[in-house]
Amino acid sequence: MIKAIVFLPLLGAMFAGILAFVRVGKDKHYKHRIDTYAQWITSCFLLVCMAMSWMTFADVGLGGNAYTVTVLSWIQSGDINLNWALKVDTLTAVMLVVVCTVSAMVHVYAIGYMHHDPDVPRFMSYLSLFTFCMLMLVTADNLVQMYFGWEGVGLASYLLIGFWYSKPSANAAAIKAFVVNRVGDFGFALGIFATFIMFGSVNLDVIFGNAASLANANILVFSGEFHAITVICLLLFVGAMGKSAQLGLHTWLPDAMEGPTPVSALIHAATMVTAGVFMVARMSPLFEYSDLALQVVTVVGASTAIFAATVGCTQFDIKRVIAYSTCSQLGYMFFAIGVSAYQAAIFHLMTHAFFKALLFLGAGSVIHAMSDEQDMRKMGGTWKLIPATYALMWVGSLALAGVFPFAGYFSKDIILEAAWAAHTSVGNYAFWLGITAAFLTAFYSWRLIIMTFHGTPRADEKTMAHVHESPKVMILPLLLLAAGACFAGWGAYDWFVGHDAEHFWGNAILVLPTHSALEDAHHVPAWVKYLPLVVGGAGIALAYVMYMFVPSLPGKVVQAIKPIHTFVFNKWYFDELYDAVFVKPCFGIGNGFWKVGDQQIIDGLGPDGIAHATQETAEKTGALQTGYLFHYAFAMLIGVVLMVTWYMIVHVG
Amino acid sequence: MADFPILSLLIFLPLAGAGFILTIRGDDEIGARNARNVALWTSIVTFVLSLFLWVNFDNTTANFQFVEKVDWIPAYNISYHLGVDGISMLFVLLSTLLTPVCVLASWESIKDRVKEYMIAFLILETMMVGMFAALDIVVFYIFFEAVLIPMFLIIGVWGGKRRVYASYKLFLYTLAGSVLMLLAVLVMYVQTGTTDMQELMKAHFDPSLQRWLWLAFFASFAVKVPMWPVHTWLPDAHVEAPTAGSVILAGVLLKFGGYGFLRFSLPMFPDASLYFTPLIYGLSIVAVVYTSLVALVQNDMKKLIAYSSIAHMGFVTAGTFTLTTQGVEGAVFQMLSHGVVSAALFLCVGVIYDRMHTREIVAYGGLVHKMPSYALVFMLFMMASVGLPGTGGFVGEFLVLVGAFKANSWVAAFLATGVILGAAYMLYLYRRVVFGALEKEELKKMMDMSPREWAVFAPLIILTLWMGVYPISFLDVMHVSVDNLLNNVQVALEASGSAVVAGR
Repeated sequence: MIKAIVFLPLLGAMFAGILAFVRVGKDKHYKHRIDTYAQWITSCFLLVCMAMSWMTFADVGLGGNAYTVTVLSWIQSGDINLNWALKVDTLTAVMLVVVCTVSAMVHVYAIGYMHHDPDVPRFMSYLSLFTFCMLMLVTADNLVQMYFGWEGVGLASYLLIGFWYSKPSANAAAIKAFVVNRVGDFGFALGIFATFIMFGSVNLDVIFGNAASLANANILVFSGEFHAITVICLLLFVGAMGKSAQLGLHTWLPDAMEGPTPVSALIHAATMVTAGVFMVARMSPLFEYSDLALQVVTVVGASTAIFAATVGCTQFDIKRVIAYSTCSQLGYMFFAIGVSAYQAAIFHLMTHAFFKALLFLGAGSVIHAMSDEQDMRKMGGTWKLIPATYALMWVGSLALAGVFPFAGYFSKDIILEAAWAAHTSVGNYAFWLGITAAFLTAFYSWRLIIMTFHGTPRADEKTMAHVHESPKVMILPLLLLAAGACFAGWGAYDWFVGHDAEHFWGNAILVLPTHSALEDAHHVPAWVKYLPLVVGGAGIALAYVMYMFVPSLPGKVVQAIKPIHTFVFNKWYFDELYDAVFVKPCFGIGNGFWKVGDQQIIDGLGPDGIAHATQETAEKTGALQTGYLFHYAFAMLIGVVLMVTWYMIVHVG
Repeated sequence: MADFPILSLLIFLPLAGAGFILTIRGDDEIGARNARNVALWTSIVTFVLSLFLWVNFDNTTANFQFVEKVDWIPAYNISYHLGVDGISMLFVLLSTLLTPVCVLASWESIKDRVKEYMIAFLILETMMVGMFAALDIVVFYIFFEAVLIPMFLIIGVWGGKRRVYASYKLFLYTLAGSVLMLLAVLVMYVQTGTTDMQELMKAHFDPSLQRWLWLAFFASFAVKVPMWPVHTWLPDAHVEAPTAGSVILAGVLLKFGGYGFLRFSLPMFPDASLYFTPLIYGLSIVAVVYTSLVALVQNDMKKLIAYSSIAHMGFVTAGTFTLTTQGVEGAVFQMLSHGVVSAALFLCVGVIYDRMHTREIVAYGGLVHKMPSYALVFMLFMMASVGLPGTGGFVGEFLVLVGAFKANSWVAAFLATGVILGAAYMLYLYRRVVFGALEKEELKKMMDMSPREWAVFAPLIILTLWMGVYPISFLDVMHVSVDNLLNNVQVALEASGSAVVAGR
């Protein structure tokens, strides 16, 4: 069954890909029929996958039957021995449910959303291809196969961000996403090599089996001797930072919003960007043995959470606000991992997948209704016209802001409680930044809702006249995701982080007994439990005051904190910094190497120089042959004189 | 069946085809068509026959197989000696595969002197197969050098505007290196009295002499690879060569250097190889970083891919000298996959060059609107070039990096930056050529790939994916030979008291 789950999307992708070529040059009616085939075939495959993934979840997660299936041997060289294999344990089963469910919903939603697009089969093909790669990633039984999925989702993300390839901004964003991710992959790859050196294998089971015995081993790398597991974990974490858009390698995620909205929901909210969290959780048996690595994860995660939340409060593009929100929520997941609350991180990953996909698809529904307008300054006053979308956005925002009893409340609270319960300096750092970010989260969520749906309409009349509720095929997937956003929190609480957690997780995640933050999180003081709710409420209230009741206030606040606002509004100037430090110098140095190094120095001194010198010598010697007899006679005379002189000196004198 | 002279057949069948083309009369269209057909069928038959090598190849022995040995110049103990092992066999197949691909790729683009062109390609095939199959150093040297003649003509006669400059540069560069190699060969002959390569592998040269010999061979191989800083002939040669010339140049000729390191430098001069390893690492790292950055700023598609080739070959040289199983197998695999992928990338350039007659990147843009299948094929090979897992480009790079990390983690880290830069320049190229709006008038009339062009790409597409998904088919062939090579190096090093740093 697991083979079917993984390979059905690949089959669908190939099918839709072929259909994309079949329809070239055909008439409109025919094209439309092909489009419908492509949509329904891929969607049906995904719906089947979704059903099977739930069955797998019941079997593996609830029943405790973890297993591994080998598909094909892959690479064999010296002591490297890799297979294409599918490993299913609870962690994988959770990811299967998340990936297949959201993907299936997005496939169905895309039927409506991409209705007018001229390239439907290609879009469906990319979506299914992405799903396949993501499933390969989460079922990998060795690090190299995980790398395959990792790069594969990167490819699919590149293709989908650049889906509207006529737009220069989409192309630029696609390249940026791929290259920035490659920087992360650089760390991931080195991490894999270091793992291989230490463990003699990149097979997960072998690594985990030997982790304890190598807990204190050192490794000789980069001209020094370091704690091996720390080196490995930090390198792997660089990879995770790239994929999960953590501070420093986050710059591609907001730009990735150039892609169609269903893509943003699937890839850049629910699944691919959580791959980093998944990977680190998967490697928990290593991270547990490196306190330094865990501390780094905590600090990076917490810093990202607050950074992205501040930027989210200032943006006007509806999708970018949600993108920064995603970035911020991923930060929560990472600092949960940093305090060894892996289960809480995966719990939040799961709930977040539902409500963030809901928010993105809801935003897509708004954009669809507003004739492709994404700027919130040009929206407003639409809530009566699109009530279903409005209600669904409320559900998503309530879940995101962590309001009881929505899904986000359970998962975010347990993360914050665990951070507090860790009682470490980095834990406290994460807790207080997390609380602040929770306040900002609630604020920007309601800022978004109010600006989009309330107040006086700011769009032109033509757009407003055209505003319409989305078709059923788009609303139905939203309802299922909304159900997840409502119930996934309390429904799954006991399995993920509550009473049944030990049985539920089995051997999928390792937490050392000394790292008891998650256990202690259940016994924190009441104020820690209620603080997130209070700040969430305060954030919502502030948003109402500023954007609903006193609409002139935001402008005044911006004026009052002008320098700070400019800094935050420009996303802390990361793009400008990278452009100045990396991109421009690379082109400059490249030009220098080419024009000066290759053309002037190497060619100038090498082949061209030698050729030139040969030619010159030849010309000069040639000039000696004047053709005048007395020149030659004179030369002979000089020769005779020299010879006689030499003879006299050597032999006579 | 065992003593059937299959290698000689593979070497001389193309030559016979070339001779047959000579007899074709008339320079008109019919004569050209006949010449094309003869060349195509000769090379296809040769390829099919070469599959016989793979089918009957024994993976379990490191000995040379399909050996033929005939006395040639007995007075000097020189014999016509052929054979292949797990390292060279796959290169023979690469050569026989790419020749029909080249003939088919030149089907319409070459209109002048078609007979001579086809003759040049068939002779080229003879030389390439002979080079990889040679087991006598004199035979090797003759084939190794003779390859230059048809290549020189292909660039010089059928090339672009600066073809004469480029062909002379290619010729002189390579010849300069080879002269030193010839000297070294003479020294080795004087020392041992044999030109048999298997004998020479067993002859332990004095370590100080080894260094001189190593350097002499290095001069020749480094130019061929090409390694920085003797690489500048390659971009010029590629730019001026006709498409098929670039395909063979990138696909097979660049592998001569890497193959030479494996066949001569490592087994015959192990001490010197160990001694010069830092030099190789340094030059390889410079090649990867330097040429990747240069590739980023190119305006000419072929030049860009030429520079990317130098970067990819930097992985090969570094991997070879890690003296680890993964490094060496990765280097061989990288050569094979680069042979397929870079050949395909030059063919991709050729497809649009045939239509527009320019290689300037700015002349293109938005091709995907009119040429979706071309966009797909180009995308596949671009991704293979940047080493996407699941394509052939990944496996070689991955193994080389593993080997390099074992030997020296700094080397691995620097080489791995090439993976980031590689993504940058290839995606940037693809975006400027294929993506974007279709605005230029002359591009709007472009036709998508023809069935002939599909036939050219089909085998390369299949191979690229096969090498990525199931590379074991290829790795299995080389395991025993590579292990044997490294064992011999190890034994020799232990005998002379040099310690090998890296484990296996």
